[in-house]
Amino acid sequence: MMLFKLSLQNIKKSVRDYAVYFFTLILGVSIFYVFNSIESQTVLLDVTSATYDIIKLMTNMLSGVSVFVSCILGFLIIYASRFLIKRRNKEFAIYLTLGMSKRKISLILFFETLLIGILSLVVGLGIGVVCSQGMSILVANLFEADMTRFQFIFSTSACLKTLIYFGITYVLVMIFNTISISKCKLIDLLHYNKKSEKIKLKNPFLCTIVFIISCIVLGYAYYLVTSGFIHLDADSIYIPIVMGVISTFLIFWSISGLLLKVCMSMKRVYYKGLNSFILRQFSSKINTTVFSMSIICLMLFVTICVLSSSLSIKNSMTANFEQLAPADIMLTKRMNLDLSDLEQGYTLEQIELSDQNILDTLAMFDYDLLDHLEESVEFNIYQTSELTLKDTLGSKLEQIQKQYAFLAYNQCEDIMKIGDYNHVARLYGNEEYTLAENEYLIVADFDSMITLRNMALEANETISLFGQTLVPKYQRCQNGIVELSGSHINAGIILVPDDVVDEQYLAYNSVVGNYRAKDKKEKQTIEAELFQLQQEVNRKKYVFPSLSTKLSILEAGIGLGALITFIGLYLGIIFLISSAAILALKELSEAADNRERFTILRRIGADEKMIQQALFVQIGIFFLFPLFLAIIHSIFGIQFCNIILETFGTKGLIPSILMTAIFLVVIYGGYFLLTYFCSKSMMRER
Amino acid sequence: MENILKVEKVEKYYGNKSSLTKAIDNLSFVVDQGEFVAIMGASGSGKTTLLNVISTIDRVTSGHIYVEGKDITELKGNQLNQFRRESLGFIFQDFNLLDTLTAYENIALALSIQNVPAKTIDKKIQVVARQLGIQDVLNKYPYQMSGGQKQRVASARAIITNPKLVLADEPTGALDSKSSKMLLERFHYLNTELNTTILMVTHDAFSASYATRVIFLKDGKIFSEICKGNHTRKEFFDQIIDVVTILGGDLNDAL
Repeated sequence: MMLFKLSLQNIKKSVRDYAVYFFTLILGVSIFYVFNSIESQTVLLDVTSATYDIIKLMTNMLSGVSVFVSCILGFLIIYASRFLIKRRNKEFAIYLTLGMSKRKISLILFFETLLIGILSLVVGLGIGVVCSQGMSILVANLFEADMTRFQFIFSTSACLKTLIYFGITYVLVMIFNTISISKCKLIDLLHYNKKSEKIKLKNPFLCTIVFIISCIVLGYAYYLVTSGFIHLDADSIYIPIVMGVISTFLIFWSISGLLLKVCMSMKRVYYKGLNSFILRQFSSKINTTVFSMSIICLMLFVTICVLSSSLSIKNSMTANFEQLAPADIMLTKRMNLDLSDLEQGYTLEQIELSDQNILDTLAMFDYDLLDHLEESVEFNIYQTSELTLKDTLGSKLEQIQKQYAFLAYNQCEDIMKIGDYNHVARLYGNEEYTLAENEYLIVADFDSMITLRNMALEANETISLFGQTLVPKYQRCQNGIVELSGSHINAGIILVPDDVVDEQYLAYNSVVGNYRAKDKKEKQTIEAELFQLQQEVNRKKYVFPSLSTKLSILEAGIGLGALITFIGLYLGIIFLISSAAILALKELSEAADNRERFTILRRIGADEKMIQQALFVQIGIFFLFPLFLAIIHSIFGIQFCNIILETFGTKGLIPSILMTAIFLVVIYGGYFLLTYFCSKSMMRER
Repeated sequence: MENILKVEKVEKYYGNKSSLTKAIDNLSFVVDQGEFVAIMGASGSGKTTLLNVISTIDRVTSGHIYVEGKDITELKGNQLNQFRRESLGFIFQDFNLLDTLTAYENIALALSIQNVPAKTIDKKIQVVARQLGIQDVLNKYPYQMSGGQKQRVASARAIITNPKLVLADEPTGALDSKSSKMLLERFHYLNTELNTTILMVTHDAFSASYATRVIFLKDGKIFSEICKGNHTRKEFFDQIIDVVTILGGDLNDAL
């Protein structure tokens, strides 16, 4: 019981030391709860079954990510508790000299961890439950569902999950504490503070060279991920990453030596007020913290990129739908199948019915499609083994193959009559084209494919099909789409003059159109009927045309956007908290040493204001230094993300960067202020 | 000669009404310009408390302390800091050097806090370094120096601002006898050649014998006071030992 009392008093006594630790635990617990309770939040939402499936997928993914997150938080908590133990070496030394056994000290720590664990779980869950109510509004907003019924939700499963995950972490902390106590020696505990670290000034010449080299390497890495992106493939993507990591480390290493040297040479600045002291504080510590600085910088970098691109994806996806899915519905049916297509997975019934077009097929099931469509266009896509991607690229094939080894070069190209395309384009409100007798053109909207197709078009590659040879009308791909989709995935459709086409090679029959409906509700009704019919028919024989509709694309898009947003937010915030907490703990753990130094400053007559300013600047530099490099990294990192995610479109990057900045300022800034005030009060005590 | 320090009926009490400790009990004395005064006494005699109230680290319970005629017990807040950095120089038993700075920077800091322009700092440091014999260690860090060197660097930091009064709290306490002797000779040099006023607290008779006057404290009061006058240091040392003997066994640890 005495031990328990001791631990209780220890916590009370060192509330300040524990503030950051406790704050981090609470944040971790509440965020963990909030994101795991999303499933329960969405149960009440008024959404379609398609959306519900996406929500299901999202919650599954979130719980998968939670395992990863709990690992990060676990490491963070163990790391933090080791810091706190180090701070208390003197206290343990006193216990040991008084004859307390190590077992009992471990027991004290056990009680402390238990108390803090329980307290943080209770408070964190409390905050989590409150925040998750706000989260349900966000969820409803993201899924564009009505929040007609607001209800207080408590997720038992999320709560249990939080308890279990954090319980395991706390048990791990206890084990680690016991191990570290059982290993320590009394003499080391007593003299822990006296071991002053030797200050080695690095060779400035070497530092300069390392600095310049790492800047160049970093610059090259930046170049590789942005302008030089075209030369990257799946294997070499690691090169700029590794280059970035190493040069980040080296920049911190060299700058720690260089900064001091440069400032020292500026005597007027260096010998002004407490400047020399602040700079020395910084450089004496950065020597030992180069590694953690680099880690924190990289974590911040990941945070910024993840947050800003995940937020922008959501924005741009919704913004693009009007353009990407300009009609309500599109039906597609494979035509002209024969028995050899059995191997490709087509059924006998499909092959039998493959000479019927969509309207006839639907008529078989007593459904008059045109009756439900206000305006519609029917068109055909043709394919021939005469014309594959390989053939279109022609002489450029070898050059392109070197860069993009994995494209399906034997894929037959989609061919469309120019007349058909113009009908579709008119319906969509897109540009229409004309072709002379011996010309062709390619419409596409998938950027990477456009790039490589343009190479062939620029070389004026001719194509030959159905016994004719055609030359390109334009030197570049034209922008256009035929299929409805959620993103820019039209890899290229070849438009040819109407009379070139041989009807024998008909591959797909399609109908696009807009519903004969006044409002969204009516549209939904028509669509629901159609989907139901499709299900019924396909249960018996699998012959119904495939459907893609604007509404379902929209729903999938919203769901995907929400999924990315949530996972991005989740990971981003956890990374941010982790890096800020590590910095804060590191700074606070040095407060004991700093206190002596600040006492000396006070004794030789420095004003309190001067001292506080010095402390502020010192902590500020420590927080800003990794952030600064991380932001520079991010400028290029975000561009890289954009290139990768270009199919989603990248509109609305500015608001998402703004949002990221707000997150950064609130969480990172919060930790900074917390650290400053904690260390200030530590400095003040006598 | 002018009064640099005038301590007038100073009292300092610790504790509450039920158990009152008079650390300093109605103490008065005067230190003149250019004097080197040692204050001796056993542990608990109040010498450190006295130094603390003079250096404004602690406040008096009653009485007044005048430095150059200015009552420092009336000062508040930043006035205290200003007084401390402009009028006083400190030398501590445990040196109190900043371990992250070199000797040079440690000394420079005392000036830069006072906003002395960087141009004049270097000149001043070179002068002081010569006076204290620390030119060789200026670019070393505290952990690279011996105790004696550290204390001389601390002394340089204390006198570089030309303080009216240098307060030394057991400056030889952490030094071996050779370094002690060297340091005290420097003090003597500063006192006689540069006319620095020094108030040194010590319980070591040998250290005290370098002073021009020794004040003995017992239970917060002046027990005795002797001046060196025209005696040699050896004779003065014997006189101090005599007083210490009369003071009783309390100071035995000093011998």
